[in-house]
Amino acid sequence: MSIHNEEESKDQNPSSVTRRKFLKNSGYVVGGAILGGIVGNLLGRPVQENNPSQAAGPTTDYNQALMFFTIEQFRTVEAATERIFPADEIGPGAKDLGVAYFIDHQLSGDWGFNARDYMQGPFYKGEAVQGYQGRLKRREIFDIALQEMNNYSRSKYQKRFYELTGEQQDEVLTAFQNDEVKITTISPSGFFNTLRTATIQGVYADPLYGGNRNMDGWKMKNFPGNQMAYTDIIEDEKLAKIPPKSLKDHVQH
Amino acid sequence: MAKKLPKVDVVIVGVGWAGGIIAAELAKQGLQVVGLERGKERKTEDYFMVHDELRYAYRYELFQDLSKETVTFRSNEKVRALPMRQYGSFLLGDGLGGAGVHWNGQTYRFLPYDFQIQSKTVERYGKNKIPAGMTIQDWGITYDEMEPYFDAFEKMAGISGEENPLGGKRSDKYPTPPMKYSPQMKMFQDATKKLNLHPYATPSANLSEAYTNPDGIARTACQYCGFCERFGCEYGAKADPVVTVIPVANKTGKFQIRTHSYVRRILHTGNKATGVLYTDVTTGEEIEQPADIVVLTSYVFNNVRLLLNSKLGRPYDPKTGTGVIGKNYAYQVQKGNALGFYENMEFNNFAGAGALGVTIDDYNGDNFDHANLNFIHGGGIRISQTGKRPIASNSVPKGTPTWGKEFKANSIKYYNRTLSVSGQGASMPFQHHYLDLDPEYKDVFGDPLIRLTFDFEEQDRQLAAFLAERCGEIMKEMGADLIQVAKDLGPYDIVPYQSTHNTGGVIMGASPDSSAINNYGQLWDAENVFVVGASSFPHNSGYNPTGTVGALSYRTAEGIIKYSKNGGILV
Ligand SMILES: Cc1cc2nc3c(=O)[nH]c(=O)nc-3n(C[C@H](O)[C@H](O)[C@H](O)COP(=O)(O)OP(=O)(O)OC[C@H]3O[C@@H](n4cnc5c(N)ncnc54)[C@H](O)[C@@H]3O)c2cc1C
Ligand code: SF4
Repeated sequence: MSIHNEEESKDQNPSSVTRRKFLKNSGYVVGGAILGGIVGNLLGRPVQENNPSQAAGPTTDYNQALMFFTIEQFRTVEAATERIFPADEIGPGAKDLGVAYFIDHQLSGDWGFNARDYMQGPFYKGEAVQGYQGRLKRREIFDIALQEMNNYSRSKYQKRFYELTGEQQDEVLTAFQNDEVKITTISPSGFFNTLRTATIQGVYADPLYGGNRNMDGWKMKNFPGNQMAYTDIIEDEKLAKIPPKSLKDHVQH
Repeated sequence: MAKKLPKVDVVIVGVGWAGGIIAAELAKQGLQVVGLERGKERKTEDYFMVHDELRYAYRYELFQDLSKETVTFRSNEKVRALPMRQYGSFLLGDGLGGAGVHWNGQTYRFLPYDFQIQSKTVERYGKNKIPAGMTIQDWGITYDEMEPYFDAFEKMAGISGEENPLGGKRSDKYPTPPMKYSPQMKMFQDATKKLNLHPYATPSANLSEAYTNPDGIARTACQYCGFCERFGCEYGAKADPVVTVIPVANKTGKFQIRTHSYVRRILHTGNKATGVLYTDVTTGEEIEQPADIVVLTSYVFNNVRLLLNSKLGRPYDPKTGTGVIGKNYAYQVQKGNALGFYENMEFNNFAGAGALGVTIDDYNGDNFDHANLNFIHGGGIRISQTGKRPIASNSVPKGTPTWGKEFKANSIKYYNRTLSVSGQGASMPFQHHYLDLDPEYKDVFGDPLIRLTFDFEEQDRQLAAFLAERCGEIMKEMGADLIQVAKDLGPYDIVPYQSTHNTGGVIMGASPDSSAINNYGQLWDAENVFVVGASSFPHNSGYNPTGTVGALSYRTAEGIIKYSKNGGILV
């Protein structure tokens, strides 16, 4: 079943709060200087009512290339994240949502370099309640852990991780999750938790980051994404079905 | 050699709520004020792309950059403190407006009991009710004395609310009516009324309607956009220093803001401050700003750190309980909650506002009898509809694996089918919970980091378990099909986010022996230094702190004006 029901979206469109409508209704143009900022910007420019990118047919997604992973690493991450968030009758899984691209792109930037974390020494092993105390950055941890996932897969099943059956992949992931893999340089469970969190982020972050393709993560969850206002529905008893919008909606072509 | 600037009347360190309020009030009175803020300028226009959960909630866009400065933490003195390398338990504000930019706006008043906690506890239960090592003390001010300042803060911010039936007496109603009641709020309201409890709409700094405050600042109504906590408001609907007090200060022509200005020392000779030393982080230049009055509003951790690094005030000694700077660090018992799963009901959980919710105070403060309980104080119990965002909200019934097919199915199914009732427990100070300078770890300038020594105590565990049971009763009345009650507090863990309600370290009181500042925020040991923030709290209540921080800021502004005329210790 496709989770994106075109009919439903069309039905709902008139009632969804577009920015223009919202701006018209809420009369806050008179609200004083502080409100000038964003509102001023919006009013000064033609507001795009329909997002053509949603209607357009398949086009090349130039974002789907690698900034950090090798192809081997990419395949491993794609397979692992798909086990964490698999395709099923509800909708697409991590692979089709572009989660491995999302993680690749994240590792190539601030997050991968732990740019905004305190990374000064000295480094000591701490108590669990003191949090991460390693000297390795996330991109280094991924390098090591993905290698170890393949080593472990080879030693147990004589194949690389992404060549295993789904059940075997789950066993490898579980071994990491429960620290049953002996690795001295990194914490297997620490890596697993990072991978799991990053998978969920890739499923549900704005599509601008390369995951949540076509906002399908949001559609499965009935999360409307980037909406300007919910004043009209906040008191409603019924679940509002609002077709999602992404941040792309805020940028003019 | 530091470059020396011309002297001003007042220099303020850190321009969040406390700094912003004081800047506005002093500048209105004609004092020449400079505000030094280490972060960048912020404005409403910055939030055009703000509905981005990854960037703001998970990559911490608006918070302090930990690579430059963090805190170190240990559970007790036997353990080596280690740096909080990544965000977790609390999130530190940075930039103009500070944490006031990305707060929720839940704006409570502490209870009359809070301000006289020690004497009222002894009066009702006797001295033995207070366990050994618990260092609660009266605040040196009463609720009645605080009332006008609460009122001033609420009117400036336009707080939307309805009277708390169990709160302190109010001189006036809230300036704007309560927020809208959503279906889940009504369910909580009905359930608590049936249980003979006293619900009221959570007082909100997200405006329920357009409002013009006494300073003439006009703001629009909240749109329930669901991106409030950890985000800036793209409408200016959320009360934030940048859209309230800072423009007022600017308009006087008496206030100068310098962003990217990292204050590192308070300069002093004898027991008077002469100004501050800061680094312009854009050039690396060291600059001296002389001033007649120095005001510290740099949040709990840096208020303490600046005093200790500047060797001002008497450092606290946990062994003897003497000294005051760093004393009585407390936090929040953000545990004790009930999660309800509904098979046949769905809720618009994605919609919401930072302070949208309903609260009861029947189990807060001393509003209930503690004679047969092994703890004092209590906590607010609330339902909050802040807007459930999809990365953060993946509640599943117990027994569901944390990943894979079943996790996916259940986390999606229950996203709009779960409600949560939770306790916000008070946190009592103990002799061995404190802040001091870390002997090993440094910030980007080479100055020592602040070190936090803290853990949960039996008092906290008992309180969490008690609140959890009450939450469970309410959730049952709300008709959930499956209820999961979380009551085990465990040790204090710096990894999971709990709340940015750190308190104490520069506490107020009636006597210099047991407190660092008097009830005007004036440092007992240096009369021209004022320190304001939740650092002033001798303990933390079962509420979010900012209503009380705001009130104390108005009180201090009044004190500084008096001091600028007459000098001397004010009380
Ligand atoms: C996500 C979140 C949600 C919250 N929700 C609520 C809520 O609903 N209700 C509530 O009551 N409270 C809430 N809080 C807490 C609330 O934000 C704070 O209590 C309040 O903002 C504190 O104000 P302040 O002025 O004392 O400190 P801050 O707002 O932290 O301001 C301190 C300022 O000082 C600056 N500074 C620090 N050190 C230096 C230095 N050395 N030199 C120069 N500048 C410096 C900082 O950059 C900052 O701008 C929340 C906090 C967070 C993080
Ligand atoms: S919920 Fe309301 S106050 Fe909060 S950011 Fe959205 S519009 Fe602003």
